Amino acid sequence: MRSALTRPASISSGLVRSVLRSAPMRCLVFALLALAALAAHAIDPLPFKDRAEEVRFQQLTRQLRCLVCQNQDLADSDAPLAGDLRRQVFEMMHAGKSDAEIKDYLVARYNDFVLYDPPLKPGTWLLWFTPLALVLIGAFVLARIVRARARQALAESQKTTQPNSGDDDW
Amino acid sequence: MNRLIPLFAFFALVALLAFGIHWNTHHEMSEVPSPLIGKSAPAFALPQLFEPEKTLSGKDLLGAPYLLNVFGSWCPTCQYEHPILTQQIKRLGIKLVGLDWKDEPADAKRWIGQFGNPYDVLITDRDGRAGIDFGVYMAPETFLVDAKGVVRYKRIGMFTQENIRDELMPKIAEMQREAAP
Repeated sequence: MRSALTRPASISSGLVRSVLRSAPMRCLVFALLALAALAAHAIDPLPFKDRAEEVRFQQLTRQLRCLVCQNQDLADSDAPLAGDLRRQVFEMMHAGKSDAEIKDYLVARYNDFVLYDPPLKPGTWLLWFTPLALVLIGAFVLARIVRARARQALAESQKTTQPNSGDDDW
Repeated sequence: MNRLIPLFAFFALVALLAFGIHWNTHHEMSEVPSPLIGKSAPAFALPQLFEPEKTLSGKDLLGAPYLLNVFGSWCPTCQYEHPILTQQIKRLGIKLVGLDWKDEPADAKRWIGQFGNPYDVLITDRDGRAGIDFGVYMAPETFLVDAKGVVRYKRIGMFTQENIRDELMPKIAEMQREAAP
């Protein structure tokens, strides 16, 4: 009676164990655990008063650069300094500061570099306008080439009376 | 002639990229220049490491220039910088203030006990708030503050013989010239 009851259970637990022990399954379990650990580690438990505040905090910290891992934003950086700066942003939000005031506070200490979106000012003109200038130069060169070829093609079609001469160019 | 234009364009591009590589190898690209240079040092009042009941503030330091060296017992580069502070910075005859940043006071005391104390005074910024006010983002970092409390120079990373000679000493000399007349 006892063995009859325990047998199916032992079969299924053995099955579960063997599935869990298989290499791909192990990898998957490991990856899931690692992900859970990462998620738990990256987000400090900040006591938001409501969902709107949390959304505002997430949006703001995504526009701010972590000074330590400089290609990460403040929202997802694991660096201790990023945690301090998140705490600072959070406290300033609670003190009723606007997003602009919080950004100014950080820029006064860490320069424009802390902003992912660089402000438009004489020092950043090169950064902002070089791509536009390159596009304009490219358009100008392209227009000249197209016009020169059109003129050439026209001249050749007037010069020669032979049919199909245009195709020979190819 | 027109046929050579793509070749010239190619060489121009190569020259640009070579310049980029050259520039990157001779400049620290991750360095964020401090917006505090030429401005008053942020106010602070922090407990002293060895006498925590006593605080030291920026106002206490007015009247004479000083170097504020940000370090931590957790920071390996600070260990490399330590003998340079002891042997070279101390010789400059300028007050050296140590700011123990984001550190446990007990660990800092052990660190100082192990390597020696190059500082005239040591203050602690355990939660890193004063560090944020100074725009500190790594250790070591060092600020040169003049007698009026204005930040004159910031070194990001450790001091070396070269940057003491080429950057720090000229700044100190400049401050002394201003103070002289």
